[in-house]
Amino acid sequence: MKKYSSLILGALGLAALMSGCQPKSKTTGNGALTSNAAERVYVNPGEHDEFYAFISGGFSGQMSVYGLPSGRLFKVIPVFSQDAEKAWGYNEETKPMLNTSHGFVPWDDAHHPDISQTNGELDGRYVFINGNNTPRIAKVDLSVFETTEIIEIPNSAGNHSSSFVTENTEYVVAGTRFSVPVPQRDMPISEYKGNFKGALSFISVDPEDGGMDIKFQLLMPGFDYDLSHPGRGASHGWFFFTTYNTEEANTLMEVNASQNDKDFIAAVNWKKIEEYVNNGGGKKMPANYAHNVYNEETHTATSTMKKEVLVVDPTEVPGAVYFLPTPKSPHGCDVDPTGEYIVGNGKLSADLTVHSFTKMLAAIESEKFDGDAYGIPILKFEDVLAGTVKSGGLGPLHTEFDGNGNAYTTFFISSEVVKWNVGTWEVIDRQPCYYSVGHLMIPGGNSRKPFGKYVVAMNKITKDRYLPTGPEVTQSAQLYDISGEKMELLLDFPTVGEPHYAAGIAADIVKERSKKIYELSKNKHKYATTSDADVRVERNGKEVHVYMSMIRSHFNPDNIEGIKVGDKVYFHVTNLEQDYDVPHGVSMIGANTSELLIMPGQTETFVWEPKQVGVWPFYCTDFCSALHQEMQGYVRVSPAGSNIDLKWSLGE
Amino acid sequence: MKIVLKVITLFFSIVIISCGGKEEKKKEGFSVDRQKTPTEKPAETTSTADVAPASTRIDLSNKGVGPITSLTLPAEIDEALAKKGEETYNQMCLACHRVGKKFIGPAPNNILERRSPEWVMNMILNPEGMVKEDPLAKDLLTEFNGAPMANQGLTEEQARSVLEFFRTLK
Repeated sequence: MKKYSSLILGALGLAALMSGCQPKSKTTGNGALTSNAAERVYVNPGEHDEFYAFISGGFSGQMSVYGLPSGRLFKVIPVFSQDAEKAWGYNEETKPMLNTSHGFVPWDDAHHPDISQTNGELDGRYVFINGNNTPRIAKVDLSVFETTEIIEIPNSAGNHSSSFVTENTEYVVAGTRFSVPVPQRDMPISEYKGNFKGALSFISVDPEDGGMDIKFQLLMPGFDYDLSHPGRGASHGWFFFTTYNTEEANTLMEVNASQNDKDFIAAVNWKKIEEYVNNGGGKKMPANYAHNVYNEETHTATSTMKKEVLVVDPTEVPGAVYFLPTPKSPHGCDVDPTGEYIVGNGKLSADLTVHSFTKMLAAIESEKFDGDAYGIPILKFEDVLAGTVKSGGLGPLHTEFDGNGNAYTTFFISSEVVKWNVGTWEVIDRQPCYYSVGHLMIPGGNSRKPFGKYVVAMNKITKDRYLPTGPEVTQSAQLYDISGEKMELLLDFPTVGEPHYAAGIAADIVKERSKKIYELSKNKHKYATTSDADVRVERNGKEVHVYMSMIRSHFNPDNIEGIKVGDKVYFHVTNLEQDYDVPHGVSMIGANTSELLIMPGQTETFVWEPKQVGVWPFYCTDFCSALHQEMQGYVRVSPAGSNIDLKWSLGE
Repeated sequence: MKIVLKVITLFFSIVIISCGGKEEKKKEGFSVDRQKTPTEKPAETTSTADVAPASTRIDLSNKGVGPITSLTLPAEIDEALAKKGEETYNQMCLACHRVGKKFIGPAPNNILERRSPEWVMNMILNPEGMVKEDPLAKDLLTEFNGAPMANQGLTEEQARSVLEFFRTLK
């Protein structure tokens, strides 16, 4: 032993010596890593991070909650994918949340979180996030950090230019990536051109309860609508969408969608369309889409199929939509904090194109058009151009702003973040990313008031950056300090799934509102047992309902007899705790479902269909107290047709 | 090894019997023949050994640890308040405290003959602090198998109504 420790000590010493001898230039291998980086991301034990970061899980379908600058993971909020840990999509209460017009869909591809705003500033009430595959928009309520609403988007496919909010969260916007036949019908794919449509959906958000409803869908020409952002300040009332595949190709897109020298940014005056719609404009068309709402008092979700949607033909609302030519299949579409500049990142270009809102209005005023596309006027490129950022990078994707007159753009191909000045278009600094950066995020970076302290770059590829974990390795985020002239890399941290985008906010805005418990007195669950006096088991034919309570550290009842093979047993379990951070879990041997994880004051339900005679145990799955291991019970299962009476008890 | 055999036998007999759906009558449990070894008592515990269990001990001067430092009860019981208290009790307390019966925790009957009203209020409002600092609450935790009283987040007003309900229990 002694021998080993001295060996280890020796090795450590040698390593220290060697690293101490490395020349300063060696640090370039760590990019901009500065010597006191650890100190600057270190949050003392028991202290809180300065920012929340809500990072999309991409193909995981979920959204994870991190602290900045520490990069610590706090929670993975289930959104579009079933999550056995939290019974999301498994328990009877949340199954309806994943209902769609295609039936129950247990997964989606979660892309772009965006935090609700008031007067163009983040208000921290909700995070919206889009499901890309089976088009949906979800709303996460930040008082509970749970998904409380999901609305499906009809006439849409590849819901990608979503889910961005307007300045006062009047709307959350969902644009289609794929254009499709509207309405859907049986037709040859080759007849795409001129026949398919791209729907841009404006979903109103109730200012009181946050309820979502599709106000209208703008049926645009059959391009691909890639990303979008709202106007703000002077440009409030407008929304900007990048397009590609203005070629309207339907095959070999890599080549065929990259033919035009310029595609468009579509500028949509949604206020004008709103007015048109409020005056009876637009057409109601038959549709079929799910609207799923989780009720915080019944702890239960409902799914309603909606049968109609209001569609608007843009050519029927003069002055509502214009096209701004933008080079090379633009991807990101970002608006600076003042609302004056609209940045289009031509992903096949080296340069960034910046349009001016003022110039756009002037060009519209003087009606200087460069023709039209399907009746939508095309403005002249030179007339709307504010400037070009000649970056020298390759493959620009996304831009965020620090609120101090600087913009930060990611370059996928050259794998870097480039800082540039808004106005002079000069490049100020560039730092490498490891590797192939997609989105980036500055907390509040797409609002009137960014918190310009950090930028988080989200990388698609990590290769050698972490310990290998077989062929599949983690995606990652990288934290840079942007408070100085030069960006400084402080931290790498792994992410859950693929981090397509993130939204960040000062923790103080959110944390005071974070709920600690669900009040038992407000529990309106249909099968709640809010007092131990109401504990019971009821049989209705083969259906058995167990009204069960739980508290440290027992279930009531904990002995149940009279269950028979072939029964369908509903366990409705209420957590009677009213103390912070005392959830209980429950699981039943052989149940063909997940556990339940029940927060204080909450009721959840799982179904068990016993198939075998015997005495079967259940237990608490979340370590709750010193007597957690005692938190268990038995159910006696008798053969079908036996005459054992239904009986339940605790402590008898 | 013998025990394992016994367990296996017991298990199979249960399996066999349960198939018939009949109630089984068997010798319950097991007993240990050897004498319980007397726990070694440190010299100074001779006095505490004679002390009654915390649940029956009477201490009307201890006000406990928590927000309530002084509380005078009127002579008359406020029935309306007690009724409210009973509702709160049924929702928040019943899972562990049963009237007239030792359950997870002690029964609340005649509690004011053993404790001061302040102590009862503080136990409801500040169970974590009480278990840490109040000698009676500490002993109660041991007596009740280490099951700590849960903080059910009652307001002072609610706790007061529960106390009034306790006064009606004989």
